[in-house]
Amino acid sequence: MHPIRKQRLFVVLFIVVGSSLAAFFIISALKQNLNLFYEPSRVANGEAPIDRQIRVGGMVAEGSLIRQTNSLAVNFIITDFAANVAVEYTGILPDMFAENAGTVVTGFLSESGTFFAEQVLAKHDENYMPPEVSAALDSAKQSATQLNN
Amino acid sequence: MIPEIGHFALLLCLPLALVMAIVPLIGVAAKNSVWMRFASRLAVMQWLLLFFSFLALSYSFYIDDFSVKLVTLHSNTALPWYFKLSAVWGNHEGSLLLWVLILASWTLAVAVASNSIPLAMKTRVLSVLAMISVGFLAFIIFTSNPFERSLLMTPSEGNDLNPLLQDIGLIIHPPMLYIGYVGFSVAFAFAIAALLEGRFDANWARWTRPWTNVAWAFLTVGIALGSWWAYYELGWGGWWFWDPVENASLMPWLAGAALVHSLSATEKRGVFKSWTILLALLAFSLSLLGTFLVRSGILVSVHAFASDPERGLFILAFLFLVIGGSLLLYALRAPVMKGGTAFALISRENFLLINNVLFSISLTVVLLGTLFPLISTALDLGSYSVGAPYFNAMFAPLGLLTVFIMGFAPFITWQKFKLFKHQSIQWALCFLMALLLSVLLIHTLSQQFSVNFNVFAFVVSSLCLWLILNTLQHFFFRLKQGGRFFHSFSQLSLSYYGMVIAHIGLAVMVLGIGITSIYESQKDVRMAVNDSVSINAYRYQLSGISSVTASNYDATRASVDVYHRAKGESSRLITTLYPEKRFYRASRNMMTEAGIDASLTRDLYVALGEQLEPGVWAVRVHVKPFVRCIWLGAVFIALGAILATFDKRYKRSNSVRSEPALASPPNH
Repeated sequence: MHPIRKQRLFVVLFIVVGSSLAAFFIISALKQNLNLFYEPSRVANGEAPIDRQIRVGGMVAEGSLIRQTNSLAVNFIITDFAANVAVEYTGILPDMFAENAGTVVTGFLSESGTFFAEQVLAKHDENYMPPEVSAALDSAKQSATQLNN
Repeated sequence: MIPEIGHFALLLCLPLALVMAIVPLIGVAAKNSVWMRFASRLAVMQWLLLFFSFLALSYSFYIDDFSVKLVTLHSNTALPWYFKLSAVWGNHEGSLLLWVLILASWTLAVAVASNSIPLAMKTRVLSVLAMISVGFLAFIIFTSNPFERSLLMTPSEGNDLNPLLQDIGLIIHPPMLYIGYVGFSVAFAFAIAALLEGRFDANWARWTRPWTNVAWAFLTVGIALGSWWAYYELGWGGWWFWDPVENASLMPWLAGAALVHSLSATEKRGVFKSWTILLALLAFSLSLLGTFLVRSGILVSVHAFASDPERGLFILAFLFLVIGGSLLLYALRAPVMKGGTAFALISRENFLLINNVLFSISLTVVLLGTLFPLISTALDLGSYSVGAPYFNAMFAPLGLLTVFIMGFAPFITWQKFKLFKHQSIQWALCFLMALLLSVLLIHTLSQQFSVNFNVFAFVVSSLCLWLILNTLQHFFFRLKQGGRFFHSFSQLSLSYYGMVIAHIGLAVMVLGIGITSIYESQKDVRMAVNDSVSINAYRYQLSGISSVTASNYDATRASVDVYHRAKGESSRLITTLYPEKRFYRASRNMMTEAGIDASLTRDLYVALGEQLEPGVWAVRVHVKPFVRCIWLGAVFIALGAILATFDKRYKRSNSVRSEPALASPPNH
């Protein structure tokens, strides 16, 4: 083969093999790290998996926030006003975290139905509601009105 | 009155930019140099008008003119004057005005500094820049007017600037980032001009390179500033979150890094022409994509000032127009390009190719991780988020591989590299020395911070030291070649110095990232006065809590004494940190102000969480070894890129080439 052609072939092979390897790694890493969002209603329905990291979002139910007195462990309930999810978290809550405010938590659901949060996010200013939370509240509201009719 | 004049100046720019986008191009087609020269004059006028418009808006903010809606929404009389001025770009409308002003400034710079480039080329470049300007001016005028007045009544007080943005880092972060983002429009314009003209020679690459370098340097600084700001202002000690908005700025940076290198191959050897052009188109398209992601409000973050579907749609349409149009032109014209001279498998050409492959893969990783959640939400496939472990898992091997290969890079010659025996011995020695130093470094670190020897940290630091040492070895090798030692310092070109500094900068940055990620430790604890907590060799003691009142906020300030005990020594007080919890009165926002003791080898970091009961606080404490190296490395990289820009060869070639440009006869 002509040396230039041979060299081009090498380069093309390198790019093809390299990029398919890269694509394989990228996609498998992506698959492992996708966190799907669940509304409290879907968690209550048993739709959420227990073996992988997920996100749950809704409002922090009024009067549900309980702090342990000797550690930073907290318990609270996330609600979409149709169903509740009990959450346990150890650590510092964000500045804007409060009862009756929207939140999104990332973590694992246990067999018992308690959600062990590893990360708690809250809205970052007064007027802002995470879009996923407002969608969750809307869909819960809709199904509630359908039931009433 | 001032806001109206500012608004009028802004409105005038749109027809001006339209004329500038069309008339000079007609001049090029008709070979009419008078029409062509018109572009430069219009560039100056556009800049003056926009600068005036920007001044008018700044003035309204400065004098607290609350009849302007934007001022009411984002400023307050209690703000110090510098935050009033930075509030101009702390919102959607004002930041867009800054954007077009920066675009106009780049356009002006091209108009003023490119007299040596053939007139037709320069004219095309200016016209393409004007087309981009038309798009953004239309966007700002039709969807985001910054000068809108409140019609009913003038409020007596404003809503205040988001407290997160009341910070020196945020005064300079957006302008730096924008200069970088928008700077890629020059490389884009040069690429389009080359496609229009069908001219892709080494000269084209030489003209484009300095602009690309400067833009990339500013983008580097802008991203680093954003990371630094997030580190101390968001209060949680993280310096990179793989947040979609951060990713939006990282993508053009990665494309820019590839472009800076492939341009050098195109300039020196005439190879990778069509790939270089494609990268130039890509870098700016990614800047636009970033703007779309951040400004459309589809992303949730501090940066999403306003969610307005109309705005998102506008940028999306503009994005499609730019990407679609430029790719179409590329598809039509790129086949004309001819490759340069042949090169061997082991050659600098191929090393630059590997650089480009690595950066392209990194870019794909970020692009996929950022867009996947958006696409799946848009298609109703479920609401996903991509966790940081995905990005970390991909970037760790990619980064280390890059660092390893970069160690060889300066030695590899163009066209064909011949490996001599003494060369391989030198490399081996260098690698051994890196291993040795790395053992020493990691051992000292483990002693100092009372942590275990970590093998992965050892690998990271070995590779980074390998890159630093081998680059320095090449540098001294070049110095010795130049004859008399001190004389040869001035013999080396600035672009060579730039490469050395930037490559060492990357090593320093990767070292910082690696050591911080592996050796940082953090604890969240419940603390009352006189309680203490130990992290490795450090002990943090809460010594007091007091109240502080400032012009626009009230704060609780804790004082935390930090003690250090190295192995076999007694504990001693190093510093006292004063973290604060601030309550901003006007916007009723809570803010965490971290207390940080910074040094090159470690940061001590304390942040107040929430008050659990009177006198008892949730407190987060960190020890972060080498975290400063991340930003220091970024500064080196930017410095290197800037140095390379001032290389003599860009000036020399300009003066030689200025004659034919001036001599091109006007066509009457």
